[in-house]
Amino acid sequence: MARTVTEMSFHDSGTPVPSFGPGGTPFLLGKLDEVVNWARRNSIWPLTFGLACCAIEMMASVSSRFDLSRFGAEVFRASPRQADLMIVAGRVSTKMGPVLRQIYDQMPNPKWVLSMGACASSGGVYNNYAIIQGVDQIVPVDIYVPGCPPSPDALIYAIIKLQEKIKAGDSGKLIELSPIFKRPEPVRS
Amino acid sequence: MGFLVNTVNGARAIATGFGITLKHYMEQQLKIRPTETVQYPEEKREQFPRTRWRHVLTRYDDGLEKCIGCSLCAGACPARCIYVEAAENTDDNRYSPGERYAAKYEINMIRCIFCGYCQDACPTGAIVLRKDFELADFTRDDFLYTKEMLLEPAPITGVIPTSSIATVKREHAAV
Repeated sequence: MARTVTEMSFHDSGTPVPSFGPGGTPFLLGKLDEVVNWARRNSIWPLTFGLACCAIEMMASVSSRFDLSRFGAEVFRASPRQADLMIVAGRVSTKMGPVLRQIYDQMPNPKWVLSMGACASSGGVYNNYAIIQGVDQIVPVDIYVPGCPPSPDALIYAIIKLQEKIKAGDSGKLIELSPIFKRPEPVRS
Repeated sequence: MGFLVNTVNGARAIATGFGITLKHYMEQQLKIRPTETVQYPEEKREQFPRTRWRHVLTRYDDGLEKCIGCSLCAGACPARCIYVEAAENTDDNRYSPGERYAAKYEINMIRCIFCGYCQDACPTGAIVLRKDFELADFTRDDFLYTKEMLLEPAPITGVIPTSSIATVKREHAAV
């Protein structure tokens, strides 16, 4: 019995939503996506997740010298429900891991994670049982910043690079739609 | 009467407060005082002289690598992020002046804490930490810097490196 396979894809909640086919996004929605991405990348509100000395540099990057607000990212939010970007600044201990994951889950989509510094990204010098060796083991990280700690300009460079990523169409990892059923390629003769 | 005094005092207080703001604003607009903000992507602030950022493997003036593959940097590294694998130099295949050279030189840049101990430990001054701080990237694999990425580009000179010139016996042309 012949069956039509419709292309479906899953997002974070597991509810199937229809996605656009291989022809790409329709013109009107494509233009709308560009506008939405423009708005998103120019208003990245970070969540304060300062855990160690990297947080001092994170605070310095919003000071008048470096002025992160030039990129629309100065509104540091203590509440995860009003934040777009989680800047994990500092070493994440094993005890802090579940807390970090819970706060990440509380953030509304679309959301991004910036792993700031050697400790958050890979554990750094703290190669021991108490420190999570890289925050990407518990949350999906979009961009890593090396340094111990990274200077404010290095952090601003990462945020500019993240803006480029959002401009390219990546709106958070968990709502990224990936087709699970592939429509067969039309045979061209 | 009291109402009038309160109004005047209140207006004076507001004028004083906004006057400071206006003064700073005008000072910046008329360029009396320089602006504090560094307009980062367009202009970069001057880094301090002893700033330590991205590693570079340097060369001698004749193009030979300074690194001799002794692994002292890997031993000094507190984060254990350097991996060196040495190999023997031969006369045909010469990379460094000494007996050995680094066949592999890898730094896990995301684990590195830029302490500069490798620079202190290096006996030939091969590895130095320069001021290039724009290192952020998207995946963790991008941070494994290989020797090709770390090595300084060879000097573009028309001169053959003196240490690589082998002595050649020439037959003198009959005069």
